[in-house]
Amino acid sequence: MELGRLAEPQTLFDKIWNTHVVADLGRGSSLIAIDRIFLHERTGAVALNSLLSAGRPVVDPSRVFAVMDHIVDTRPGRGDTSMVPGGNAFITDTRSACREAGITLFDVNDPDQGITHVISPELGIILPGCTLVAPDSHTCTQGAFGGLAWGIGSSEAEHAMATGTLRVTKPKSMRVKFSGMLRAGITAKDMILNLLASQGAAGGSGYIVEFAGDAVTLLDMEARMTLCNMATEFAAFSGIIAPDAKTFEYLRGRRFTPDPLPDWSDLQSDQGALFDREITVDASAIEPTVSWGTSPGQSVSLSGTVPDKANPKALDYMGLVAGQAIAGLPINVAFIGSCTNARLSDLRRAAAIVKGRKKANGVIALVVPGSSAVKRAAESEGLDRVFTDAGFEWRMSGCSLCFYAGGESFPPGSRIISSTNRNFEGRQGPGIRTHIASPEVVAASAISGCISAP
Amino acid sequence: MTRFTTLTSIVAPLIRDNIDTDIIIPSREMKSTGKTGLAAGLFAPWRYTDPAARTPDPNFVFNQPDFVGAEILASGANFGCGSSREHAVWALAEFGIRSVLAESFAPIFYNNCIRGGIAPIVLPKAAINTLAGKSATIDLSMQTINGLHFDIDPEAKNMLLEGLDAIDLTLKHQSAITAWQTNDRSARPWIYLGKPK
Repeated sequence: MELGRLAEPQTLFDKIWNTHVVADLGRGSSLIAIDRIFLHERTGAVALNSLLSAGRPVVDPSRVFAVMDHIVDTRPGRGDTSMVPGGNAFITDTRSACREAGITLFDVNDPDQGITHVISPELGIILPGCTLVAPDSHTCTQGAFGGLAWGIGSSEAEHAMATGTLRVTKPKSMRVKFSGMLRAGITAKDMILNLLASQGAAGGSGYIVEFAGDAVTLLDMEARMTLCNMATEFAAFSGIIAPDAKTFEYLRGRRFTPDPLPDWSDLQSDQGALFDREITVDASAIEPTVSWGTSPGQSVSLSGTVPDKANPKALDYMGLVAGQAIAGLPINVAFIGSCTNARLSDLRRAAAIVKGRKKANGVIALVVPGSSAVKRAAESEGLDRVFTDAGFEWRMSGCSLCFYAGGESFPPGSRIISSTNRNFEGRQGPGIRTHIASPEVVAASAISGCISAP
Repeated sequence: MTRFTTLTSIVAPLIRDNIDTDIIIPSREMKSTGKTGLAAGLFAPWRYTDPAARTPDPNFVFNQPDFVGAEILASGANFGCGSSREHAVWALAEFGIRSVLAESFAPIFYNNCIRGGIAPIVLPKAAINTLAGKSATIDLSMQTINGLHFDIDPEAKNMLLEGLDAIDLTLKHQSAITAWQTNDRSARPWIYLGKPK
């Protein structure tokens, strides 16, 4: 620091941005150093193939990781065969391209396999203050660790691998403060759905969003990931939460975590740091929240009704009418899974609701753990038995039914209560009507056969 | 990459907010690990009454005679939200779309457009409604559409106008990258997992 001049208060984002600027490119754009790159078989193979066929090497493969998660079979005894037509090539191409480039791959049956954004923290790959990119929109999940993590396209992934950098136009900054305390039984999923419902699915457009406030600080690391996971559903560049003692404890001793831990204590927004926009949400007023429409912004309190001014196209697709109650809507399928809500704490809370009960007749209920490590930990606690005794299927880890790629789905018109992140038209299959909610709501609905509060 | 300078085309209207990349190119239409063969799957759930049989839905904009061959698509807010799949841009480009007009774009899709040579143009709702269904001329250098000014990120504009390869452009900064990393290796040795070259 220059003598006699006080440093301007900085946001957490500013601090990470400023320490990663390699060059000012002019026109509001900077060359930003990328510390970690993560690939998966659905979009990683195409990026690696394109890069390798252009004769461009991966400059530092030791900082690139890949996993099979998107279209792997989640039924026991799986191999390379995907239920997605043509899916096998994505798996085998990714494997051979990773081998050629010298990239660490967590393969189909690797003990560390799992959904990208679940295993990256489990392995200590995302770290506070670091930059991490992946050709996957839910990379923002990892902002929960105080790193700058964001989703990119395949061409950008090639660029990051070939140069160790990305050309980035600096986003504006927003702070979303959840003040007060959540009521008992209210989760991070309800917080983010509530924000989306009040601000709209484009509400974060152009911003990096720092989540702050007592209700955020009180969340455990897994819940913080749920909150940041859906920053992309807010159209934000990414989401981020200042790291604290919980963050450091979570990361300590993991496979790629540095030992001893570096000093990350400065990684928080300074007092007086200026944000381009600030939103305050009263956390104590948040209720269990469920989506009713075909955009995550189309969400309401579970005790509420479909809005009077609801989009007619969304209503038609969802088979609903304005004014209709959300609670009590009969469901066909209940799905607990995805990078949003399939970590150990999610499964524990859902299992507590399911324990000793049976799923409703005719309802298909499934649990797909977020990672192979989550699956093992859940099994060691007997959670798998809780679910299977209640009539749920217990699967191997992967992205599974979060999206439809031509593999598993249900008859058109099926209504699914899902712990996932997207309720788009056709997201879970042609004509499928998706309602997104917390794992607790999914579990309670599986038992009653209709959308129900836990 | 093809340079984007000017473009004149009929503007095909698909005016709806939050059009996501799952609709633009459903995951089941991504059948290979390449970047081609995607145009037939573009907007498949809306474009066909039976996507598997490819039976055209006459109500869908691209199946209407007026809009066959349209190179400009007009839409609502938050276009391209959802999945990061660049296949959405590759499908649009392969189909012949060279510019999308929207109230706003999802950030990953926006960057993918620039890398894929499609001009993402942000306009107010009223302007989009005025242009929809009409012939329009985009002059990227002047930042006008039918004489109406639009703002565009200067870096994006330059990349499109020059048809530049971003990797080639960045590799011109190799000495700055190397210097940054050398410095960073001593500041944050724990970031580096392999041996220095």
